[in-house]
Amino acid sequence: MNVMTATAATSAAASSVSLFNVPGMHCAGCIAKIERGLKDTPGVIDARVNFTSKRVSVEHEPGLGTDYIQGAIRKTGFAAEPFVGDTDSEASRESRILVRALAVAGFAAMNVMLLSVSVWSGADGATRDMFHLLSGMIALPAVAYAGRPFFFSAWGALRQGRTNMDVPISIGVILACAISIHETAIGGPDAYFDGAITLLFFLLAGRFLDSVMRSRAQDAAGALMRRTATGAMILMPDGTSRWHVRDEIVPGMHMLVAAGDRLAADGVVETGTSSIDRALITGESAPDPVVTGSEVLAGTLNMDAPLTVRVTAAGDDTVIADIARLIEAASQSKSRYVRIADRAARLYAPAVHSLALLALVGWMLAGAGWHQSILIAVAVLIITCPCALGLAVPVSQVVAAGSMMRAGILIKDGSAIERLADADIALFDKTGTLTLGRPVPSEALGLSQVEKPVALALAMASRHPLSRAVTQALESEGIRPAKLNSLAEEPGSGTSGLWRGQLARLGRPGWVGLTGDDNNAPTYSLVTAFALGEGQAKRLVFTDALRPDSAAALQRITQIGLAPMILSGDRAQAVNDLASALNVEGQAELTPHDKVAIIRRLADEGKKVLMVGDGLNDGAAMKAAYVSIAPSSASDVGQSAADLLFLGDSLMPIPVAIEASRRTMRVVRQNFAIAIGYNVIAVPLALAGMVTPLIAALAMSGSSIIVVANALRLRRAAA
Amino acid sequence: MTGLAILIPIALSLGLVGLIAFFWALKSGQFEDLDGAAVRILLDDEDEAPDEDPEVVGDDKS
Repeated sequence: MNVMTATAATSAAASSVSLFNVPGMHCAGCIAKIERGLKDTPGVIDARVNFTSKRVSVEHEPGLGTDYIQGAIRKTGFAAEPFVGDTDSEASRESRILVRALAVAGFAAMNVMLLSVSVWSGADGATRDMFHLLSGMIALPAVAYAGRPFFFSAWGALRQGRTNMDVPISIGVILACAISIHETAIGGPDAYFDGAITLLFFLLAGRFLDSVMRSRAQDAAGALMRRTATGAMILMPDGTSRWHVRDEIVPGMHMLVAAGDRLAADGVVETGTSSIDRALITGESAPDPVVTGSEVLAGTLNMDAPLTVRVTAAGDDTVIADIARLIEAASQSKSRYVRIADRAARLYAPAVHSLALLALVGWMLAGAGWHQSILIAVAVLIITCPCALGLAVPVSQVVAAGSMMRAGILIKDGSAIERLADADIALFDKTGTLTLGRPVPSEALGLSQVEKPVALALAMASRHPLSRAVTQALESEGIRPAKLNSLAEEPGSGTSGLWRGQLARLGRPGWVGLTGDDNNAPTYSLVTAFALGEGQAKRLVFTDALRPDSAAALQRITQIGLAPMILSGDRAQAVNDLASALNVEGQAELTPHDKVAIIRRLADEGKKVLMVGDGLNDGAAMKAAYVSIAPSSASDVGQSAADLLFLGDSLMPIPVAIEASRRTMRVVRQNFAIAIGYNVIAVPLALAGMVTPLIAALAMSGSSIIVVANALRLRRAAA
Repeated sequence: MTGLAILIPIALSLGLVGLIAFFWALKSGQFEDLDGAAVRILLDDEDEAPDEDPEVVGDDKS
């Protein structure tokens, strides 16, 4: 894996370039704020936002730390994470090669076609020969350049003794060029340069669409390591502390973890009391309280107060690294899936090649002579070149992906539609998947119109999940924050500020002054309180609510033939309640390994598993499953492990996606039937020696256009 | 015939110019940030100081 570190020194210049993910940007104003804010920061030379990838590339003096720049971005009002990953993925490199080949093939095809049209319309003698020569001069370099993706792939397959779609394509194109060179040399009437290059153009168009879809997919394991801290402050034996990068940390060291920091290694708390956000590992939204002796894991976030942690496992031994390996191992089983187009080619290629050979031998026996027999055999190869087959799948899938995107479903993997259409059992994670994964008010917030703006201002000053929930709830009511003085956040307790001379507080119920609340109750972390001045403190209760239409969506999934089931890492009680409420089966207290084991067992029984999950703990299960879907609110890992994402709070896009993918595969099969039907008509003509370059060009373009037109019907689908 | 000898090279070279322009655009990153290009047109010029409402600065949590 080609992993680029966040800070890569540029060659000679005295500046470095760092990349940061800034997921919160959403408008022109955001771009301006980030770029101007960074350019005004001392030490930063230039900053450029890439809005499409939601990344900012910062050119700065080499001495500047990642934290410093991250802080500068935060000051402009946006959360930023250093980007550690592959900026230039395999799929995007492939897309670039394909788009260049497509441009060259398009240019050559247009010009060669123009020349060919005049040949077909009756040019002869010296003009025809010159046009053939010109066509050859344009087409041959273009074929050599634009055909490389097919030639390399075909050669690779042949060397391993296999055959794929590219073998008949390559043989057809190369033979067509060879016979055309010969025809041009002897001044013959039939040159197939136009056919060869147009064929490449159509096929490259399909290949390019396919690759663009895949380049959106990201490497799951790369995204994962982005979430662990890059290093930690280590307490040295002499009492001083020094920053160590992740690789230098060994068990037995003592880490100082400030509030708001991610842990860089697994360990046991030595001193301090705080709460830990384990969402990355468990998917649980509520922070977990920790005291001396509690185990903490790398990648989790220290929320409230500084901790000293004795490291017990670092680097590759941490739980998060273990899960990363599990995801990687699981994804290997998935890459064995053979696309439907390649499965078709396995049957198609040998049939076509034996037909061409048969034509050659047959005409030789009939006494047609070498020259004519070879011409006819090549015509058979050109006419049967799987142009329509090569377009049938990618065009249908890209059209379907477009209409599904409008319905709120994003497709990340090219073969996801094929696999989703076959799924016959649906497994759901609980937290964040069936539920929203974020706290929402369990009842209307009991605040007066005067109190709401004050509460909002306090909530906006904190990054605690409950503060964010308060912010979201109040902002959705259209409340604007009040202006507060002396805003302060007290770690582990809450935020306070002065509003028109009155003290306002939002935080832990006991701290705010609400009596009669047991802080050790299990619901502790989902209750907060607000008090203004001398007024009575008010309790604000939150729950992780079920997605609004979970029941209806699950029912529809059952109706279309998938048996839903819940797999959760949560407590048995919570899972059972939910399972009986939704009237589905549920299994609780599962580790990531358990989930993978269950999926493997179902796969061995011949089931095709659809896994719907969101967190890191589902990453491996989603990779092990036949196909997987994640909500767009999922963690980075969940999103990159999934084949499809759905937007919004509703679960309904899942049954919609399943039905749309089934419809897509119906169209794909229709397209295969059209392509084969075309061959049934055209091949006898070619065998009879009646195919001229004009007929070949018409037949090929005609079948491609029919296939594309049929695929375009899918645009109206997905509702 | 002489017309063709002039027109065909002209047609081909015009096509080639288009092809080279496309390759240049690809190489210089013109297609790197398609969504960004659409919204950047709304940005004011650098020298005009952005008129920022202090209350709006914090509401970009999405």
